Amino acid sequence: MKIKVLGTGLTKFGELWDKSLLDLALDASLEAIHDSRFTIHDIHAVFVANMLYGKIANQDHLGALIASSLNIKGASFRIEGACASGGLAVHLAIQSLLAGTYQNVLVVGAEKMTDVSISEITSSLMGAGSEAERKAGLTFPGLYALMAKAHMQKYNTKRIHLASVSVKNHYHASLNSKAHFPYEVSMEKVMESTCICTPFTLFDASPISDGAAAVVLSADSTGPGVYITGSAVATDTVDLSQRKSLTEIAATKEAAMAALKQAGVEIKDIKVAEVHDCFTIAEIMAMEDLGFCPKGEGGKYILSGATKLGGKMPVNTSGGLKACGHPVGATGVKQIVEITEQLRGQAGQRQVKNAKVGLTQNVGGTGGTVVVHVLQN
Amino acid sequence: MTGIISYGVYIPKYRIKPSQIALAWGKEVAEIEKSLGVFEKAVASYDEDAITLSIAAANQALVRSKIAPDLIGGITIGSESHPYAVKPSSTTVAEVLGMGTDYLAVDLEFACKAGTAGMQLLSSFTESKHAKYCLAIGSDVAQSKPSDVLEYTASSAACALILGKDNVIANILDFTSFSSDTPDFWRKDTEKFPSHAGRFTGEPSYFAHILGASQRLLKRTKMKPTDFDHVVFHMPNAKFPREAAKKLGFSPKQLQAGFVVEHIGNPYSASSMIGLSAILDIAKPGEKIFMCSYGSGAGADSFVFEITKEIKDYQRRSKDTVAEQIKNKEYIDYSLIAKNILIKYRI
Repeated sequence: MKIKVLGTGLTKFGELWDKSLLDLALDASLEAIHDSRFTIHDIHAVFVANMLYGKIANQDHLGALIASSLNIKGASFRIEGACASGGLAVHLAIQSLLAGTYQNVLVVGAEKMTDVSISEITSSLMGAGSEAERKAGLTFPGLYALMAKAHMQKYNTKRIHLASVSVKNHYHASLNSKAHFPYEVSMEKVMESTCICTPFTLFDASPISDGAAAVVLSADSTGPGVYITGSAVATDTVDLSQRKSLTEIAATKEAAMAALKQAGVEIKDIKVAEVHDCFTIAEIMAMEDLGFCPKGEGGKYILSGATKLGGKMPVNTSGGLKACGHPVGATGVKQIVEITEQLRGQAGQRQVKNAKVGLTQNVGGTGGTVVVHVLQN
Repeated sequence: MTGIISYGVYIPKYRIKPSQIALAWGKEVAEIEKSLGVFEKAVASYDEDAITLSIAAANQALVRSKIAPDLIGGITIGSESHPYAVKPSSTTVAEVLGMGTDYLAVDLEFACKAGTAGMQLLSSFTESKHAKYCLAIGSDVAQSKPSDVLEYTASSAACALILGKDNVIANILDFTSFSSDTPDFWRKDTEKFPSHAGRFTGEPSYFAHILGASQRLLKRTKMKPTDFDHVVFHMPNAKFPREAAKKLGFSPKQLQAGFVVEHIGNPYSASSMIGLSAILDIAKPGEKIFMCSYGSGAGADSFVFEITKEIKDYQRRSKDTVAEQIKNKEYIDYSLIAKNILIKYRI
């Protein structure tokens, strides 16, 4: 399969008091359309990724809202899969192109999270979990903390391994003007910051961010450029307690296997990746589940510097969710934007030399949904 | 020129430390103390309210001024904890002080800047010869929702300023105000406790308005931050005013004398006025003071004062300074906080 990424657009991620969800979605969309050299009239369908806006602002019907605001009269959809909404929107857009239904489509992921209180957001995000988890009083820091504790018990992963994810991603973000936190943090700062949920400190958790990301995708597979060559989704239980294992996200393995097979590449061919570090343990598990390192060695692998810019296989050059920010619906699309920039050679100070094959991994909830994309230049 | 003739402050003696509040709610206190910078806050007892606090502060101002209370022709009480929704606090205070009947009384509300708004209005009232002396009060027994982060800083105190034209200790050289409809902190009429918009209370609220009013006044008066000996801002915590000073170009040294928040917390309408009073306790003739208050909802009032030579004699005869009141304290635990709420709401 070859789906061309014709254009990309990305807003700043952060506390964007002056921007509404629509502002953000339009900013990213118009940038992507402009980048694609297309006009509005060339876009046949709009796929909107968003998780929370219906709940927190009472605004549903986002497909039509955003498409019509762009003066696009074709098809429009809103896709939701918790934090994997962005990846799912890209996947479904690709299916519509493969089916021949549309020729050129816009995918835009947008989220506006800072207009409500932290407690309201934390509670709303639990929509990504199960009813039993909500009734138990769990929140996402708690759920991932359980996974972290299990991983630390089974594989002797230490807090310093968790912290190394945060330190690395902040370093990458310091080179990204669009990041929510474009600055480095020291290992000491991460280790000594407030405990939010054992074993996590404040710096183990991705922030609450506003932002939007957009891509224009085309079925036209001719000519040079960046192509999505693999796109796969896998599913597992929403409820963490019903999983086979707490120390892995099985759906990552499934989705990665399928996407890599589609693309005709192996994991060792991947030169740069964006993975879903909603909490630091998630990036450690992603390294293992994707097959970049043996099971249980994710922490060691990251601490060694292998996944830092300049290392063997840079991961999360955008700053990841931790430091670039995590406007939920936008993240999966942002990952595609970042890898596209890398493969185009347009990543500036964050450029991974000669990157020709990249991968994105986008997770919903604690692993109920995983979307993996493979991109090639 | 109209200026401050006398001032009085009342800080209730009870103090509670953040660790006691954190203990009540099972929170880790270290990070809270570090981020807010408040070591303890003043707590009013269950038989005190914004009216009793106003009377105590105004009485001190009157005693120090030697002015007969019935010569006061205007009184404003700025508070967000007026005991009545309808029934002015200002007339009760005026009656107890012995102000007679020949005065304008107005109750004001504008979050933490209601007291300073009164200063601007009464200063003009005096300047236009509608009154010989006026009394501008900021007084609050500040409410916060139990277990909310506001509990660590919302405190109680009052400050009263007598304004007039003779024996002025600090001239009001100029003032201005900056306002917009910005909903960072509010309490609907039927609600017991206020709500706030979290991090929105920072950049778009406190900083936007303080910078707006301050930069406007500096431009108008053609003055620079370095022209001032002291500066005081509204102090919702220790961090915000330090950052406001930095952003505007004032030094930490200029901020020092009026920086009362670390030991009394944020007494809402009285905050910047008590900071001003702490400066007046030690100011020297000729010194210039810059002040900017902030009220949520939102607005900021900025002032430029110049100390006169009258201050020396005034300081000599005035007892019970702000520093002394801050030192006069008794530590309590969360039970008095809980008792206050139970009694106030007749639970």
